[in-house]
Amino acid sequence: MSLKRTLRIALKNSKFKVGIAIVTIMAIFALLGPLTTPFDNMGYYPIKFGSTTFPKPTTPSLPPMSQDTVYGPSGVVNVTHYLGTDSFGRDIYAQLTYGMRSSFFIGIVAGGLATLLGLLIGFVAGYKGGWTDESLMILTNIMLVIPTMALLIIIAAYLPYRGTGIESLIIGLTAWPWAARAVRAQTLSLKNREFVNLARLSGLSDLRIIFDQIMPNMVSYVFMVFILQFGGSILAAVGLDFIGLGPTRGMSLGIMLQQAVLWNAVTLGYWWWAIPPGLVIAILITGLYFINTGLDEVFNPRLRRGGE
Amino acid sequence: MSGIKRYLIRKTLIYTLTFFLAVTIDFIIPRMMPGDPIGVLLSRFATLPEATKYLHGYFVQAFGLNKPLWEQYLSFWNAVLHGDLGVSIYYYPKPVTEILKAAIPYDLALLFPALVASWFVGNWLGAIAGKNRKLDSYLMPVFYFLQASPYFWFAILLSYLFTFKLGWFPISGAYSYGIIPSLSWEFIKDYLYHWILPFLSLFMVQLGGWAIGMRNMIIYEVEADYIRYLEALGASERTLMKHAFKNAMLPQVTGLAIQLGLLVAGNVTVQIVFSYPGIGYVLMQGIMNQDYFLIQGAFLVIILTVLIANFTIDLLYALIDPRVRTSYTEEGG
Repeated sequence: MSLKRTLRIALKNSKFKVGIAIVTIMAIFALLGPLTTPFDNMGYYPIKFGSTTFPKPTTPSLPPMSQDTVYGPSGVVNVTHYLGTDSFGRDIYAQLTYGMRSSFFIGIVAGGLATLLGLLIGFVAGYKGGWTDESLMILTNIMLVIPTMALLIIIAAYLPYRGTGIESLIIGLTAWPWAARAVRAQTLSLKNREFVNLARLSGLSDLRIIFDQIMPNMVSYVFMVFILQFGGSILAAVGLDFIGLGPTRGMSLGIMLQQAVLWNAVTLGYWWWAIPPGLVIAILITGLYFINTGLDEVFNPRLRRGGE
Repeated sequence: MSGIKRYLIRKTLIYTLTFFLAVTIDFIIPRMMPGDPIGVLLSRFATLPEATKYLHGYFVQAFGLNKPLWEQYLSFWNAVLHGDLGVSIYYYPKPVTEILKAAIPYDLALLFPALVASWFVGNWLGAIAGKNRKLDSYLMPVFYFLQASPYFWFAILLSYLFTFKLGWFPISGAYSYGIIPSLSWEFIKDYLYHWILPFLSLFMVQLGGWAIGMRNMIIYEVEADYIRYLEALGASERTLMKHAFKNAMLPQVTGLAIQLGLLVAGNVTVQIVFSYPGIGYVLMQGIMNQDYFLIQGAFLVIILTVLIANFTIDLLYALIDPRVRTSYTEEGG
């Protein structure tokens, strides 16, 4: 199926369209949101004093859409807290939009890495077969059974300084097994097709066959795997951040939720602190699932329900 | 050799290997990390010189850092197999095994019902959605949203609604402060009252995943050739669905393995939201206080639970899918 035709069918699919719309809106929010707020990534108001910047908290525990004033060296500044402030006087909206940014970063880096690893291992296992397949699948099954979160916990617990990059790396290195299994199954079904046998007969190297003959037939599939890995990585990162194993400096959606729980946002009724960080993640990932189902229906006509 | 026997031997081998690897990871990681773990541990006891002296001796002995690595590894295995997971720093001088033993029942009482109930209800709702197109357009987004929610965030949402807004359920703990755990009716009532929100958090999020899986499988199966054939033969709607449902069930059993890992991880975070005294809460205490023995122990318990559960699932799978047995027979020739 050519790319153009695929896209045309995909754009007729309502689930795909809804998913794309949700993810695009979230991506714009992550990319441009930080430009719409005077606060920094921690939600403080940066006050420039000469060449240094001092992060200044504002009035704590304000509900959404509150007006507030900041006293700086250049006079009084009026600000609006779109989503209110937390117990430390930090702007929630700013934390949320910067947090979305790092979530997207983790989704792309960790999800990309996991997809790549899954692809590589699944391909090699399925294509080579025999002993290679056997040992790679044992490794995959072992990694599949060990709960990723438990592994992440134990690795992250012993790293004293962690950034978003390290976190993505850890997640990417542990999230690949199910992708490897799925890719292997696909490779197995493709490798005995006539065109692949023909390529083999004409003496092409294994690598050439994998990249020139098998890969192009799996692009759509790999893309769907990436979407799921993207969402899964974001969820894994939020969980890690929440139990205190996320980045040791800075802010993220998971850290926001952790602080909201630690400082009793729920019992105090500060819903604007405890609810939005998880809500944007749930909405974003719902969007990803919609894209995935839409694509599934495009590539797999049996799943289409008449009129869609 | 019979198919089922080959299958069992193979699975047992893989699980033994996994357990071996998990314990090895548990052993290696603290030793791989930069810095002096004993120094970090002892700094917590700087105000208690007596304890420091005792603990230093204990730690050197426990880690066996003066011995060659292979000997350390063997003694670590020896200790693990004897159920000796060291002494907790945070709950000093309680042994880690004792802390974990007290926590595990709370986990099982949450995990098992959540897994089973969400599996049944999710599959049931998913089958309904797969069959009924109109209902599906309402149900599907809900399932997706549930599946997309982080477990602990859903827990926060529930506690905001049912505790803060409505005041129906308690916010934290496994039972009230004034009550002593016993098998009395009063305690059980109090326990269930605290149990319901953590349970619902796990149940609802899991349910979404199962329902979506079932829905997709039913849609797929209903279009399959054998169903078309049955339809052409004039079989009733009921018979059609029965066959589609049976076939759609298989991937849902395989899926248990992956879902279980997610559920165990979700359980850890949900317990933190509700200060529920299971392994998750213990693990969090270990992480916050750099209690490495506690982290190691909790990791082992989690791995063991997942391994045992997965093994059970694999056995179940061999029982319900005849293809598993035959495929292993054919391989054996």
